[in-house]
Amino acid sequence: MNGSGKLLVLGGAVLAAFGMLYGLHYALLVEHQTLDRMGNSLAQTFVSVANQNPKQAHTAIKTYGATRYDYVRQVDAHSHWGGLAMLMIVLGIVFDKLAFTENFRRGLAAALLTGSTLFPAAVLLQTADRTAMLGSVLAVLGSALVMVALAGVAWGFLREPA
Amino acid sequence: MSATRLLIFGGIALIVTGMLFGDIFAVFVLHQNGGRTGETLLAAARAAADRDAAGVRNAFASVDALLEDRGTKIDTHVHMTDAGYLALLLALVQPYVALPSRRKKRLAQAFLAGSVMLPVGIFLIHYVGLAYSPFAVIGWASVLADAGGAVLIVALAGEIWGFWKYIRGQAVRSDAEVAQHGSWAERVLLSGGTVLVLLGFLYGAWYAAFDLYPQEDAEVRILNTLAEQANANNAAGISVAINDYGGLGAAKAVSIAAHSHIIEFGMLALLLSFVQPYVFLSEAWKRRWVILFLAGSVLLPVCVLLELKLGLLAGGIADAGGLLVVIALIGMLAGIFRYTGRADALRTA
Repeated sequence: MNGSGKLLVLGGAVLAAFGMLYGLHYALLVEHQTLDRMGNSLAQTFVSVANQNPKQAHTAIKTYGATRYDYVRQVDAHSHWGGLAMLMIVLGIVFDKLAFTENFRRGLAAALLTGSTLFPAAVLLQTADRTAMLGSVLAVLGSALVMVALAGVAWGFLREPA
Repeated sequence: MSATRLLIFGGIALIVTGMLFGDIFAVFVLHQNGGRTGETLLAAARAAADRDAAGVRNAFASVDALLEDRGTKIDTHVHMTDAGYLALLLALVQPYVALPSRRKKRLAQAFLAGSVMLPVGIFLIHYVGLAYSPFAVIGWASVLADAGGAVLIVALAGEIWGFWKYIRGQAVRSDAEVAQHGSWAERVLLSGGTVLVLLGFLYGAWYAAFDLYPQEDAEVRILNTLAEQANANNAAGISVAINDYGGLGAAKAVSIAAHSHIIEFGMLALLLSFVQPYVFLSEAWKRRWVILFLAGSVLLPVCVLLELKLGLLAGGIADAGGLLVVIALIGMLAGIFRYTGRADALRTA
């Protein structure tokens, strides 16, 4: 296995372990409470309507929307870290079959790894401050990096070896 | 059985079981559960319109149970198939794990044990609940699932340690490398898998850019409308809002399912290309399973996306696509079963 392949396999394995640790932490300390908050705020909406308090109902819906926004992104970060990590490891094993120089392969591997780490982290960052654009910009950058690098990998598989 | 073959066999078995569970869930639970959730939300809105706060709480008590039922079944399906993918991956990196073969086998056994504990624990969460639990919100089934996750992490850490030793120059004594022969089946799975993954990424990017935020805004808007209609005691308005809410839920579900399934099938195709040397079947049969697998891998996500336009017809074809994938995997598993012992016999000869 060449250096770029090792980088992808090791980086992917670390990313997978990190994604699992995040998932374990999330399941133990955050998920149940988040789901409870979502269910309670939705129920509170209709209880408020029954109590003829529409203002409180709208506040409860707002809380539900915000909690769901965070929940979707937290679950997405976990699943994307795991999924991308697996892709890194698979590609790492066959990276020496790419018809590129080792330097170029290293660049592709670094781009794949950076994008795969950055994209889910940026998705998580979106929950820290919904109004800030930094999370969205970094998520777009991270995902673009992965897709461009992956297109490069596909091109490398198609090319005839020199 | 070596660690590599244990992981390949266990990995494919986990994927087949996870997919069969997903198919059964889609046919017998998903649509019915969605319908019941809509009915319960309607009951809550009607109770609110009648100024019956206790009725609202009763309705939501059953919504919680329905959501938990649905969520834990999706998680069981996802975690079982993903653990299977990871097992196949670990099988591929075994030639680069510089540990004694006995320890590698122990790690493989631990990994497979954790892979069963985690989804089984998740599945039981809905049925066991908080019975006999000393914790406020975590039941024994959650403890089983979390313990399974911890076992997986420990096994993975062991594999990383072995790979680190390989990188530091320690020789690997056991497990011959999974040799790729560049057969038709391997090449088609490799290229087909890459195309599927790329298509899935592109669709995911398109969904995140154009659908995700509007759908999130639409959910809050529909709920606000529902609350207003309930406040005005407008039965017709409540029904319209509930229908809109159900439609939105379906649109979100099919988009996410199409995105995740096409990528997962692509990954699985890539992984299966590596294990083809272990499939002890004639080249013609290997080709048949590959064609069946790729056909199902395209059919399922495409028809899932078409479900909103074509309804149950597309849903039925999507389920059939999933079944094609399962049949192809069972075919390959049979080939791997036939291989059992052959490599060891050759090595010791």
